[in-house]
Amino acid sequence: MPRLSYRRALTRALGDELARDEAVFLLGEDVQVGASLVTTGLAKRFGTERVRDTPLSEQAFTSFATGAALAGLRPVIEFQIPSLLFLVFEQIVNHAHKFPLMTGGQCSVPVTYLVPGSGSRTGWAGQHSDHPYSLFAHVGVVTVVPATPADAYGLLVTAIRHDDPVVVFAPAGAMDVRADVDDLTPVPLGRGRIHRFGDDVTVVAIGHLVHDALAVAEEVADQVSVEVFDPRTLYPFDIDGLAESVARTGRLVVLDDGNRSCGMAAEIIASVVERVRLLAPPRRVTRPDGAVLPFAPALDRAVQPGRAQLATAIHLTMKDSS
Amino acid sequence: MTDADPVRLYRTVRLIRRFEERAVELVHGGQIVGGVHPYLGQEGIAAGVCAALDADDVLAGTHRGHGHVLARGADPARMLAELCGRVTGLNAGRGGSMHAADLSIGVLGANAIVGASGAIITGAVWAYRRQGRDTVGVSFFGDGAVNEGMLLEAFNLAALWRVPVLFVCENNGYATTMPVAGAVAGSIAGRAAAFDIPAVQVDGQDPETVRVAAAAAVDRMRAGGGPELIEARTYRFDVHHTFEHAVRLDYRPPDEVTRGRARDPVRIQGERLTDTDRAAVDAEVEATLDAAVRFAVSSPEPDPADALTYLYASGLTARAGGG
Repeated sequence: MPRLSYRRALTRALGDELARDEAVFLLGEDVQVGASLVTTGLAKRFGTERVRDTPLSEQAFTSFATGAALAGLRPVIEFQIPSLLFLVFEQIVNHAHKFPLMTGGQCSVPVTYLVPGSGSRTGWAGQHSDHPYSLFAHVGVVTVVPATPADAYGLLVTAIRHDDPVVVFAPAGAMDVRADVDDLTPVPLGRGRIHRFGDDVTVVAIGHLVHDALAVAEEVADQVSVEVFDPRTLYPFDIDGLAESVARTGRLVVLDDGNRSCGMAAEIIASVVERVRLLAPPRRVTRPDGAVLPFAPALDRAVQPGRAQLATAIHLTMKDSS
Repeated sequence: MTDADPVRLYRTVRLIRRFEERAVELVHGGQIVGGVHPYLGQEGIAAGVCAALDADDVLAGTHRGHGHVLARGADPARMLAELCGRVTGLNAGRGGSMHAADLSIGVLGANAIVGASGAIITGAVWAYRRQGRDTVGVSFFGDGAVNEGMLLEAFNLAALWRVPVLFVCENNGYATTMPVAGAVAGSIAGRAAAFDIPAVQVDGQDPETVRVAAAAAVDRMRAGGGPELIEARTYRFDVHHTFEHAVRLDYRPPDEVTRGRARDPVRIQGERLTDTDRAAVDAEVEATLDAAVRFAVSSPEPDPADALTYLYASGLTARAGGG
């Protein structure tokens, strides 16, 4: 059983899709050299025409990809820094996402926006540490946040083959995760995954936080039986899968590396309580409202949702329903 | 192959002129909601440029975009139905005046975000050529767009990667109410020069002048040249948007408007035809537009249950908004 890192799973997915489909091409900053260590070797294998370095013109090359997609290709853009998504939010939302509806179904815009190293990388400070997946879920752009190497491979492949724009967040906190992977296959959008079954509380964890949730579940296992649900895709969200889980456990805690107000945790809780009567009020562990990650490592960590906070939330949820 | 026929060029400007006048009437009559940005006075640019294009070429228009779509050969009836929000419209009633487009004839969207189309068309042309087509592209934009960073980034990409895109700046003197002199440091052609993009200024009121300049640029691009820019000096005969018919905004001196309207592309091209030919074209255009109006206003409106039908090309469906 080969061990595969999350980062190499992304590389494999890009390579496999470039090899499988001539319409796929990759563009972004420093992708030929592979500064993110994800596109390593692809320029040599597929040529610099299909693995294109761009000038620092994020808005233009994002819309360039939209145009190429309108013309029948399947561009993949790598953004080295999550905050670059703020710069191209207009190009993704206002153009790539809106074109199919505005043209009355005359076109599709199959572009994949890959963000390797989203969220905190520790020490990269305010402008390099955001995790803005909730923004894309809010506007209705397909948004995936894989937690494991197998899902990183499978969801990136699916994203590239998908006929609408997809943002793939590959959290910095997951990039070095390694796992034994038997089978590299596409993973369907909108389908969550239960990593650990439990009876007392469902913890929804997003991206790298799945691994924290699993660790906490193990820590508290002698007191609470925790189920860990990984949505994998934030939009469309597997609400059926989650509702089924919460209907069994009766309790819900969400672990989300986004800001609290209008974040994914809020949406997930609202979607569950519309359908399931809980035994205790739901809880969420998130970044604070309006968080800007400070530089100093201790401050950086203080602003991110942590294992201790999750353990506390689980215990409080159990207490509230006893 | 450029179409140098003066009658067809006249027909295009006349069609756009009368289409726009009909559209304004339909706005006032309440059949078109949301108003329109009339292309009145600027017809010669779309007509001249599109006469220089081949079937494989592509263009992207703007919020003031009816002229581009019509000049490219879209069906005026389906175009007008789109403006009226009908299911028979080019965009099935989902786009309206600012987004009416016909992708089947190479109109890759009408974009209401100023300066947005340059990069999109650059990517599309690059992609078509990668697939073996001999495509060149046109990005239409106004003078307001030359201060958008996104467009200047597109100039750089197109020039750097030698993508044959004809950037056509329709300089009508105003970005909404902002005069060019109050907005543009340096010059429009100078922006192109900064990227080594060849640029010419032409009289946008003469359709034939525009056609000749566009055909020369297209020839050079098809022979392997990179992007070029045409600054077509023009004048908007009417309002920025039809809301100004209700709310008068005081920003253009009356004598300037009079002078501007004196150079009429429809009259200029019309004078190149015999009276008989011109009358025949005018009659045919009227008949076409009479039929277009009848088609548009009698077409069914979309079913509200289908409001988000085309949201996702992949077939993904969105959750409903109700409680």
